[in-house]
Amino acid sequence: MKRVYVNEKWCLGCRLCEYYCAFAGTNETDMARALKGCKINPKINIEEKDGVSFAVSCRHCLEPLCVKGCITGAMTVDGGVITINGERCVSCYTCILSCPYGAVSPSDGGAVQKCELCVKTAGGVPVCVKGCPNGAIVFEERG
Amino acid sequence: MAVNFVYPEYEAVRNPDRCIACRACERQCANGAHEYLADADKMVCDDAKCVNCHRCVALCPTRALKIVRSGNTYKENFNWNAKTVDELYKQAGSGGVLLSGMGNPCDYPVYFDKILLNASQVTNPSIDPLREPMETRVFLGAKPQTVERDENGRLKNNLPPQLSLSMPVMFSAMSYGSLSYNAHESLARAAEEMGVLYNTGEGGLHENFYRYGANTIVQVASGRFGVHPHYLNSGAAIEIKMGQGAKPGIGGHLPGTKIVGDISRTRMIPEGSDAISPAPHHDIYSIEDLRQLVYSLKEASGFKKPVIVKIAAVHNVAAIASGIARSGADIIAIDGFRGGTGAAPTRMRDHVGIPIELALAGVDKRLRDEGIRDSVSIVVGGSIRSSADIVKAIALGADCAYIGTGALLALGCHLCRTCYAGKCNWGIATQIPELVKRLNPDLGHKRLVNLLTAWRHEIKEMMGGMGINSIESLKGNRLMLRGVGLNEKELGILGIKHAGE
Repeated sequence: MKRVYVNEKWCLGCRLCEYYCAFAGTNETDMARALKGCKINPKINIEEKDGVSFAVSCRHCLEPLCVKGCITGAMTVDGGVITINGERCVSCYTCILSCPYGAVSPSDGGAVQKCELCVKTAGGVPVCVKGCPNGAIVFEERG
Repeated sequence: MAVNFVYPEYEAVRNPDRCIACRACERQCANGAHEYLADADKMVCDDAKCVNCHRCVALCPTRALKIVRSGNTYKENFNWNAKTVDELYKQAGSGGVLLSGMGNPCDYPVYFDKILLNASQVTNPSIDPLREPMETRVFLGAKPQTVERDENGRLKNNLPPQLSLSMPVMFSAMSYGSLSYNAHESLARAAEEMGVLYNTGEGGLHENFYRYGANTIVQVASGRFGVHPHYLNSGAAIEIKMGQGAKPGIGGHLPGTKIVGDISRTRMIPEGSDAISPAPHHDIYSIEDLRQLVYSLKEASGFKKPVIVKIAAVHNVAAIASGIARSGADIIAIDGFRGGTGAAPTRMRDHVGIPIELALAGVDKRLRDEGIRDSVSIVVGGSIRSSADIVKAIALGADCAYIGTGALLALGCHLCRTCYAGKCNWGIATQIPELVKRLNPDLGHKRLVNLLTAWRHEIKEMMGGMGINSIESLKGNRLMLRGVGLNEKELGILGIKHAGE
């Protein structure tokens, strides 16, 4: 299955991936209109220290602890992509606590949010990958 | 400073309706021009720090930024124009020689833009390159003057070493040191993929790039940095750099701050020491001396590699080229006055040398008149900007073109002309690791490959239009060219007729 992988060697820490991610979630057509004056809450986040930076988002683990821990069945694995059903989520945050990568976070809409590989927003082509200016985020099949 | 004599020439204009304060511009500007004001939640720009490299413009996700002329003007004066006045102010303040990067930007004639190509109609049908074979391969090197046979009457192979290129383009000499590691890797990989050559420049060859040797020209210049027997034998050809179009008559100076780590090792000089290339080669004061170096290098490489001699296009270039052709060199590279550089004194860059079109036409004619045109190939550089320039150069008599600035543009360069500052925001002309990583060779080499692929298509289209199916038939074919708006003298030097004739 194709996943999002990051290569810190080429990450510039420009954080454009965060903004493209936040934009994709708005269903707007113009980024300026969508994000003007907003504090963004993206599903991908840049970690940065001492000149090293890289993007962190859901790894779509083969044995996902978040799905295992979900008490309502809101988190499911759908064709390898770990997805959230916001209707079912009760915001107990068990998934947030159990994710070893910190890839699940509270969403502005009440439930939790995580990267769903843009399946719901951009037709399955992750916008962080498309928007990265230096090829530091890739979407590919790895063994 | 109490008195600011020079007002910024350009300013970054931010559209407040489109700026979402993502701060990408701030993070990407190595000059610190952009700043986020947290209390006002808005971005501001100090135009005095901006070098107009367009990194922020290109990365702004909402197109909120553009850079425009600031429009501040002195009282209009055609003699003392703003550039002249600003430069004088700067020198009165600093007492120093003015430095510039990239090629001559001044308003001199661009002869390529005053030459038009022919196309076939009716009597000599044009060729469709999508349907019929079209040859763009060229071979560079001395061609044998005579047919020789052995005692049994069989043909003897007396062909001197040749370079084989899939198309008549090479990446010109830009050293590792002046360019970043990633820029060099992009050039090397693109050259390999396209079946052309790139040039090390005078900085030696990084150990990781020896594997691209078959697509590498190794340069020997006046400073002899990084030259050793293994280096000489690792490339496809050896180039002796006598001059450079951007700064004819002077040498080079890579500041000690750039001589770090791998660059120091590759150049074989201590870290932090300035790399100063002398203006002349101290062992070359005549064509005979040049011949000695040509043959020393041939000797050192077993007579297996062509030797290129690169000169700047200067006033008596034709006579110099004639001497070089007789020195044993296989290829002459001529660099026009528009040629680029990482750093040159502004006055040299803007006022020394001659246009490559005139130099090329003069050299080709001189060598043909003297009957020695076949003993060398001619490579021209110094602002070849498009495939049309290449086609025109070949019709004027060149065998191949060198592109430097064009290649850097493909890698992202926006011609801000401040390479000498060492803070290239595009990761090209810098050694600062955070900036170097901005040029990912996986993407960079692909853009170079795209550029050459596109140019090759266009060259074939233009040749096909003229009814020519091989680069060889275009070479020196000046009947395919007509001048527009050129005077008799210029037409005479170029050896072409005026349009309508």
